[in-house]
Amino acid sequence: MKTNKFFRKYSAMIGLHLVMILISFITLLPFLWMLAASFMKSGEASSFPPRFLPSEFTLAQYQFLFQRLSLGRFFLNSLILAVSVTFVSLFVNSLAGYAFAKFSFRAKRPLFVFLLSSMIIPGQVTMLPVFLLLNKLGLLNTYFGIIIPGMASIFGIFLIRQYLQSVPDSLIEAARIDGARDFAIYWRIILPLAKPVLVTLALFTFMGTWNDFLWPLIVMTKEEMYTLPVALANLLGEHTPDPELMMAGSVITILPVLIVFMLLQKYYIQGIMLGGVKE
Amino acid sequence: MHKKIYTPYFFLAPALGTLLIFFFLPVAAAFLMSFTDFDIYSLGNLQRARFILFGNYSQLLSDPLFWKALANTFYFVIVGGPLTIIVSLLAAIALNSRLLYFRNWFRLAFFMPVVTTLVAVAVVWRYLYHPRFGIINYLLSQIGIQGVDWLGDPHWAMPALILLAVWKNFGYHMMIFLAGLQAIPDYLYEAARIDGAGWWRQFVHVTVPQLAPTTFFVTIMTIIGYFQFFAEPYVMTQGGPLNATLSIVLYLYQQGFRWWRMGYASAIAFILFIIVFFFAMVQLSLRKRGEA
Repeated sequence: MKTNKFFRKYSAMIGLHLVMILISFITLLPFLWMLAASFMKSGEASSFPPRFLPSEFTLAQYQFLFQRLSLGRFFLNSLILAVSVTFVSLFVNSLAGYAFAKFSFRAKRPLFVFLLSSMIIPGQVTMLPVFLLLNKLGLLNTYFGIIIPGMASIFGIFLIRQYLQSVPDSLIEAARIDGARDFAIYWRIILPLAKPVLVTLALFTFMGTWNDFLWPLIVMTKEEMYTLPVALANLLGEHTPDPELMMAGSVITILPVLIVFMLLQKYYIQGIMLGGVKE
Repeated sequence: MHKKIYTPYFFLAPALGTLLIFFFLPVAAAFLMSFTDFDIYSLGNLQRARFILFGNYSQLLSDPLFWKALANTFYFVIVGGPLTIIVSLLAAIALNSRLLYFRNWFRLAFFMPVVTTLVAVAVVWRYLYHPRFGIINYLLSQIGIQGVDWLGDPHWAMPALILLAVWKNFGYHMMIFLAGLQAIPDYLYEAARIDGAGWWRQFVHVTVPQLAPTTFFVTIMTIIGYFQFFAEPYVMTQGGPLNATLSIVLYLYQQGFRWWRMGYASAIAFILFIIVFFFAMVQLSLRKRGEA
């Protein structure tokens, strides 16, 4: 009787672990194959039966990408955009989030409800008019064409507001009595207090901008302004390059976000729990 | 205090100004454009665009490609949505098991596809699906299943994109489910155990009802997200073969940025908006009823 129960528990445990290992294998296999194929000689990934390891380890694909296809430039474009959108939007959204959290003013409630309800409008609706507007302003194929429209996000404002509501008013009042100006209070008291939520939002914004495809595809039509995802998709469209080369390009595209995520996992998961929204 | 009356407006100005110029006005402009014949000739000269009332919308209704895109998108949502949610839920339940070791490692592994660049993984999967050299058909052949030409066969192209989407997204909802599971109080399970409920009955009578609000939220979020799918067909199939993977947003992109039929494309955008709006309203009304 007792041994039977013991046995059942252990078989369930082993079964569970086998299933989990199988799912992890399926989840990670595309990444492992991508990595392996990126170190193969041209043509090796197109063999039957498929190879899972390079016959000899080569960096030729990476060299070709950086020397002949100016991947370094696309990498830089992606990096410049992700970093600047992150910093600018943190500033703009935290100002607005602070105003919604800690000030009382007449238009507060209607404005807030209006913003909240507009969150359901799919971004693709604005695609064509924003393109025409950027064209008129001469911002197509410039970094500003991505940075300026990305400065404010309703989700970001809400996230910061939600967090700042837990900050006691007495802190702000005390600073006021000491004669601190409003902006000084925001800069010296609110921002340091909001650090955890700012890191979460920075992570979401950085990764979202890095991974974004639709907007850079529309705004960046000149090759020297491509971001990594746009370059990758267009490389594929123009001619049929070697799979090994495409895999190396995919590795370069994925690696930075993966590293950033690994370092700041905790904050990312907190963001999901706060009502995370996808890119 | 009253001298501070402008301060919040100063703080709000940069964000609201940006949203007004790059979000709210464009939404209004798109709405207006959808009633005009705005096209490549209007780009240089706005005078050339004329109001044609519901011309674009009536043309859409008789456009077989639009119906195809709509049907494909619904296929993706109706099959891909529930599949994603079922896989997420099962993964969350398994991760939440007390018998599990290396929980954090598994969680990280399942989450990796979520944070990686969609375009890059779509490129990778394009090669995995290769009928002759791809790993997927090879692995299937190892267990005695004859592979198919995933991306070249109109019947299989959409299932191939759905598989990719499930693989990419299940980890995200799994996290939300995991939080929901951890919020279920232990005494409910204990009470069920005392009443003699086994593992399955505990699941049906405790876990499922307790997770209902979470499941509902996740379902709506998934549906709304999946209606906007674009990058997968753009990268993997360009909407082919035989338009089998043409999605609403891909069709909108092609009409707007390939043929410069901006009025027509705006009408497509508004149909998408109406669909998304409908699902968001469903969520709102049901959530209100849940609170009442």
